[in-house]
Amino acid sequence: MSVKLTIMHQMEQIAREHGKILTPLRDDLVLLDSGLDSLGFAVLVARLEDKLGIDPFTASEDALFPVTFGDFVKVYENGAH
Amino acid sequence: MKMAHTEAQSLRQYIGPAERFFFDRNASACVADLAGGTVLGGRLQELADKSVLVATGDQLTTALALVELDGIARRLTILPPDADPDHFAAIIAGADIDAAVVDRSSTARAAFDLPVCVTCATQIVAAGRLPVVSRATEWVMLTSGTTGVPKMVVHRLAGLTAAFRGRAVDAAVTWGTFYDIRRYGGLQIFLRAVLGGVSLILSSAGEPMADHLARLGRHGATHLLGTPTHWRRALMSPAIRKISPRYVRLSGEIADQAILDNLHNAFPQAVVSHAYASTEAGVAFEVRDGRAGFPAEFVGRTRDGVEMKVLDGSLRIRSPRAASRYIGADAVLADRDGFVDTGDVVELHGNRYSFAGRRGGIINIGGLKVHPEEVEAVINRHPQVRMSLVRPKASPITGSIVIADVVLKSAAEGAACELGRVKGDILKLCREALPRHKVPAAISFVPTLDVAATGKLARRYG
Repeated sequence: MSVKLTIMHQMEQIAREHGKILTPLRDDLVLLDSGLDSLGFAVLVARLEDKLGIDPFTASEDALFPVTFGDFVKVYENGAH
Repeated sequence: MKMAHTEAQSLRQYIGPAERFFFDRNASACVADLAGGTVLGGRLQELADKSVLVATGDQLTTALALVELDGIARRLTILPPDADPDHFAAIIAGADIDAAVVDRSSTARAAFDLPVCVTCATQIVAAGRLPVVSRATEWVMLTSGTTGVPKMVVHRLAGLTAAFRGRAVDAAVTWGTFYDIRRYGGLQIFLRAVLGGVSLILSSAGEPMADHLARLGRHGATHLLGTPTHWRRALMSPAIRKISPRYVRLSGEIADQAILDNLHNAFPQAVVSHAYASTEAGVAFEVRDGRAGFPAEFVGRTRDGVEMKVLDGSLRIRSPRAASRYIGADAVLADRDGFVDTGDVVELHGNRYSFAGRRGGIINIGGLKVHPEEVEAVINRHPQVRMSLVRPKASPITGSIVIADVVLKSAAEGAACELGRVKGDILKLCREALPRHKVPAAISFVPTLDVAATGKLARRYG
């Protein structure tokens, strides 16, 4: 599964677990409008570390969390390569 | 007791004539109108000398009710937004509560069943004769740091306001807070705004971050409070450009260097300050040099009446800002010398202390505390689980997150699909029994867990 599909799958699963409704995931979607809250994103980053073997945010001293879904995917794609 | 009464100030005395407002998402209130008005339907007299539970659904009504009730009620117990209805009866009995202030959105009003129940509005209407301020009201805050019924912590207004009372007032300040004023850190900012005679922009449940930031920008917030988790979330919003604070304050969780740096980069003109406080010990200090942790020189001497020491690794505070006692709990708030043990473990590196986690392994997730034992007890209910260790993992979003290491009873359970099923079952158990933030974000199966010489699970800080 591609990095992007893994992320989408995890976001869908977390939204389901947390009783949230996920907005369709387009690259220009602002993450805060995706339907996940802070705890949802915290769980997402932890799960992605489990699945992809990287946590690009904690690894870097001051990596800023991205604003859009597309940028979020890129951070992981860059980290995975 | 005459002395105490003459010394006591009540919030009403700070209402003042100035044009300033409390705002939330839906409404605003001109604070000066409270001088001759009421949000309590003119029923303030019925609440005189009562032990009042302030259980309004939104913060604007809480703010107005607190100004109106301080100095009138005998005791004000502030119900936090995430209070568990299962604990209401114990809170009401413990704090001797005989009246409640609710609003139309209070979901649990029927659960209170008290002799007096007053509905609070956001609209201030002219009142008849107001009761005379006669007493120093006790303020009771609920902690989130315990399993079961929260501890009830008793403060006086003098202690709650000691960190800033008497300071020169800057009328050009407008406060905004992401942090709920029904928690200690948020209440500090509410009181600062009231005593400073300035406006306050409150958060509203369910409001999208972009809308909240736009509102803060529109009302010209100059001073802003949030937990590190609130600020990380704000920085994820394109609407962050709509605010330009002069002063950015973090409290409620330990601030790491990344969030301080990111805030400095976002608001180069602002002072970025992190405050250390607890519901029990009060505000201990504020760090304004942009670095995580705090200078070693803060410990061992008295600054602004606050003394700090480190004993057995944890930070202890003796302060006029501290609470006086717990209600109803057997636990003692301070030691014989008057020091409150914060439970925060600190380590000295060079001339700086850093925070190394909580004693007892308590995990702070975006300001909400989790006792690992509570989560372990749920995991251990699964018939195939031998033992489990719940611990924090650093999170770039919420500071920490809960994860679990689990030892299964039988090694024969090792097939991958079987492990996946057990993991799913454990998570299901957790989701049914625990609030969302306590459910482990990840579960790892491990062959064994370290047990300390005491026979207990070895817990590491952080």
